[in-house]
Amino acid sequence: MTTISRPAERSQLYLTKITTRDLNVWYGEKQALFSVNLDIERNRVTSLIGPSGCGKSTYLRCLNRMNDVIEGCRVEGKIALDGDDVHGEDVDPVQLRARVGMVFQKPNPFPKSVWENVAYGPRIHGLATGRAELDEIVTTSLERAGLFAEVKDRLDDPGTGLSGGQQQRLCIARAIAVQPDVILMDEPCSALDPIATARIEELMEELRARYTIVIVTHSMQQAARVSQRTAFFHLGAVVEEGETGKLFTDPREERTRDYITGRFG
Amino acid sequence: MTSGGVHSGEAARRRLRKRHAAERRFRLYGLAAIGLALGALVTLLGTVVVRGLPAFFGYEVTLDLHLDAARLDPQGGRRPGDLGRGDYGRVVKDALRALFPEVKGRRERRRLHALVSSGAAFDLRERVLAEPDLVGSTIALAVPLSDDADLFFKGGVDAEAAEADRRLSDAQITWLRALQSEGRVARRFWTRFFRAGDSREPELAGIWGALVGSLWTLGVTLLLSFPLGVAAAVYLEEFAPKGRLTDFIEVNINNLAAVPSIVFGLLGLAVFLNLSGLPRSAPLVGGLVLALMTLPTVIIASRSSIMAVPPGIREAAMGIGASPIQVVGHHVLPLALPGILTGTILGMARALGETAPLLMIGMVAFIVDVPTGPTAPATVLPVQVYLWADSPERAFVAKTSGAILVLLAFLVAMNLAAVLLRSRFERRW
Amino acid sequence: MLPLTLALLLLSTAAFVLGRRRAFAVVEGETRLLHSQPGSYGQWVALWCALPSLAVVVAWWLLEPALIEWQTFAGAPAEVVELPPERRELFARDALALSAGEVTSSEPGPALRAAAGRIQRVEGLGQLSVGGLAAAVALMGLGWARGRIRPQLRARNHVEAVARTALAASSLVAILATVGIVLSLVFEAARFFALVPLGDFLFGLEWSPQTAIRADQVGSSGAFGAAPVFAGTLLITALAMAVAVPVGLLAAIFLSDYATPLTRAWVKPLLEILAGIPTVVYGFFAALSVGPLVRQLGERLGWEVSSESALAAGLVMGVMIIPFVSSLSDDVINAVPRSLREGSLGLGATKSETIRRVVLPAALPGIVGAVLLAISRAIGETMIVVMAAGLAANLSANPFEAVTTVTVQIVTLLVGDQEFDSAKTLAAFALGLALFLVTLGLNVVALVVVRRYREQYD
Repeated sequence: MTTISRPAERSQLYLTKITTRDLNVWYGEKQALFSVNLDIERNRVTSLIGPSGCGKSTYLRCLNRMNDVIEGCRVEGKIALDGDDVHGEDVDPVQLRARVGMVFQKPNPFPKSVWENVAYGPRIHGLATGRAELDEIVTTSLERAGLFAEVKDRLDDPGTGLSGGQQQRLCIARAIAVQPDVILMDEPCSALDPIATARIEELMEELRARYTIVIVTHSMQQAARVSQRTAFFHLGAVVEEGETGKLFTDPREERTRDYITGRFG
Repeated sequence: MTSGGVHSGEAARRRLRKRHAAERRFRLYGLAAIGLALGALVTLLGTVVVRGLPAFFGYEVTLDLHLDAARLDPQGGRRPGDLGRGDYGRVVKDALRALFPEVKGRRERRRLHALVSSGAAFDLRERVLAEPDLVGSTIALAVPLSDDADLFFKGGVDAEAAEADRRLSDAQITWLRALQSEGRVARRFWTRFFRAGDSREPELAGIWGALVGSLWTLGVTLLLSFPLGVAAAVYLEEFAPKGRLTDFIEVNINNLAAVPSIVFGLLGLAVFLNLSGLPRSAPLVGGLVLALMTLPTVIIASRSSIMAVPPGIREAAMGIGASPIQVVGHHVLPLALPGILTGTILGMARALGETAPLLMIGMVAFIVDVPTGPTAPATVLPVQVYLWADSPERAFVAKTSGAILVLLAFLVAMNLAAVLLRSRFERRW
Repeated sequence: MLPLTLALLLLSTAAFVLGRRRAFAVVEGETRLLHSQPGSYGQWVALWCALPSLAVVVAWWLLEPALIEWQTFAGAPAEVVELPPERRELFARDALALSAGEVTSSEPGPALRAAAGRIQRVEGLGQLSVGGLAAAVALMGLGWARGRIRPQLRARNHVEAVARTALAASSLVAILATVGIVLSLVFEAARFFALVPLGDFLFGLEWSPQTAIRADQVGSSGAFGAAPVFAGTLLITALAMAVAVPVGLLAAIFLSDYATPLTRAWVKPLLEILAGIPTVVYGFFAALSVGPLVRQLGERLGWEVSSESALAAGLVMGVMIIPFVSSLSDDVINAVPRSLREGSLGLGATKSETIRRVVLPAALPGIVGAVLLAISRAIGETMIVVMAAGLAANLSANPFEAVTTVTVQIVTLLVGDQEFDSAKTLAAFALGLALFLVTLGLNVVALVVVRRYREQYD
């Protein structure tokens, strides 16, 4: 197992948002993660790469405890958000997920209007006191997700009627509306065409100013384009992590080199 | 949590508490719904079991019957024809009066006689016809008590209640207690319930007639719906060209499955009885009606079972030169058979419990004789339940529940057979 | 019937053996010279033996009633021939009953005895001559087919063509059954509407078909306004739905989203038991236990309640339909994609918020379809209402009152002694037609709704 690298060049500006220590996860009898140690830095984009089934999505789903939903899933180890253990007794997964938003592989807008989709989160969390306030949250969130100009005349149309790329940005807007600190993205572009993908990649760069972003991706090019830090997962363990530029040009580990040069995966 | 803006603080915590309370309430509603449904099931089955178990037991009184030749065989030839006409009721009454010589007056005597079932005379007659030499002697014979007396020993009569409010008079209760203290009353397993046909007297009524009627009816149903259903399923899955006609057949089958059962009864009445002139109350007609009702079930189960046979097996058989009919006969049907049989058994179980359509075709008549064939007048088990449930005598409540228990036992057995068949032979391709 | 069947079976077996032997003989044992297996030739000959003679038997079976009808009145005295149609039919029925040794409606007179004798002659002659004819045809078919066996005869193809035809014919039985239902309902209902106008039937407020009808007064009495009957059906269905929909739906939600796999494995089959209990058992339970309970409840509240009430029947029917609603809703709820649930949970929604605000709205069309199917089931349910709802055609929305339903009336009108062709008997078919049309409509709409819903998430 690798130890956590603490490169000397890391700036004071990038404080650690999430720390992971000795994380093990099982699905029933099968162990999916082996003693993962990883730090996620504030206001940066962190990519998780690796071949299919390497555990990167499992790790992502641990950060907002979405694995709780899966029957037979067992998590051991410590994940701390701003220093607080997310598995702590006083931590409510509902509250945690409001702070750590999630965008899924396939766009999954609810079968409701565009407006209702975005307003859903603020409503259930009671973040707005009236229609006007909700309207404002919806508008701001859609603007931040870069979608407002495209849908401002169709706020009452069903969200499922938008194009794939728009749907995914709607899901991002929906996550932003809850005012999270962290946004988790599980291969957000795998179902999209290159133009829609480029639009979302741009968006991530803009969003980074406000949010900490963790993205799981299959595409090493995407990881290189959008992220500042990258972690390489293999067989349920973190093989190597570090600054994206360094990891792709000069990896420390043989397995990382083999993967990024396309020998396996 | 130290930071997190809108998601921490006192207001957020309050909101969260409310939301979690709502969550617990919702979960509780779900639990309550399941509790309600299962509670209803337990109450239903519990009621039937508690009320039905007494039907399997009954009380008999042992009488010393003097088989007076003057009453039973005045001709003296001991010929079965003469013996059959003897006055056995008199003999039973005499035996009772001998036990209570103090009872005088017609009304009181009639009350005394009413303690013993009218079936006692028939039992005695049967015994004498079997052994004509008994005439002239005195025998001890256990005969059934009347339904009211039986109910008294089962604790169903409140001796403390006002005399006018109960079915037995004070005197009758005294006599019954006397009989009991003499050791003449005994509780028996009531085999009569399983081997007798219907009767107006609860203590004599049994389910054998209805059971045999059910068997004849189901036999006809099975004979018709199984071959027809499987053949139709084979045609639709293996041979039917995709087109209007096939679609129309499928729509018909699906709709037929949802037609209320009583409408099938109307069909049976109009077509089988009035148009074709088949006999009323006959298992043949009942079976025909139930077969039409069961047909969609059999077809749908058979089709899904045939569909589950992988195409590779068909291709392999075709590849070595088998004709389509041979492929079906030699390969597809044997592999699909467990599924087809499971579906058929479940369809039969449903047919066994069906009542309404059979009322339409006259299987609701009062029939004492055990049916001897598919055209003999008959009733079936669920209709017997309906008939008994309608009877005013209190003792029929137990008989009804007892009949339900037998019906449920058959249904459980059939469903168990289906489950076993499925788990034993089901293949996952 | 039985001896005929046995004889035919025996003959066909013989035909099979003979045909097979003949096939061997034709090629002198060199079976590879045959187009088909020797057994196929046997089957071919057996079919030629059995099918034509079966046709003879079926033809007689179809013809016999007409012959009997003709013989009943051929040579009957003039006063019988000139009877009015209803009495004529009664006479024919009695003659038939007498010939079969059954009970007749009146003391048989000489004319009836004579007619019965003629019928017996027709039947006797029929059995004898048809038996002979069938046997002759069978033997002829056997001989002819056996003589035509040649090595190049495509016996298997011929046999398989017959088998295919038989299979196709079997699938037509479903259509025949539907046609039979529709025709019998429509014909009898049409005769009813010739006596009672459709408008009176649908909107009339008084229903009392049990008024005594003398034989010479057919169809001229009784009130056939079915509105109270429809209203009663509606009331009981509404009560049943008020129980079954919330309980069934909540149970389905709990089982699909909250229960552990172990709970699910136990509770689901237990709920299915409720669906497997015969309706007559529910009826008994409703009449024996729930009815008196409802009456006690009503009396405690100071209401006059009959022991047969809409509430008792509706409650028990609701319990019967719970598993129906829950298993259909379970399918529908499980069809909502997991991604929608995760999307909502990922935003920090609780499970119940996810279910109420995302899953249920998404599943709504499917749930509506399930409820429509359940309503159709409730409307057509018979035994519970027959045993617990009562006969009084009250136009009332009070669940503590006795009301009557379409199915109850069909049963009461048709069970027991019937006068043929009386408006009373025919009314049952008119009610049956209404029942059939309504349930059919509900089912079709429900199936379309559910199918659309499923396509949405495929």
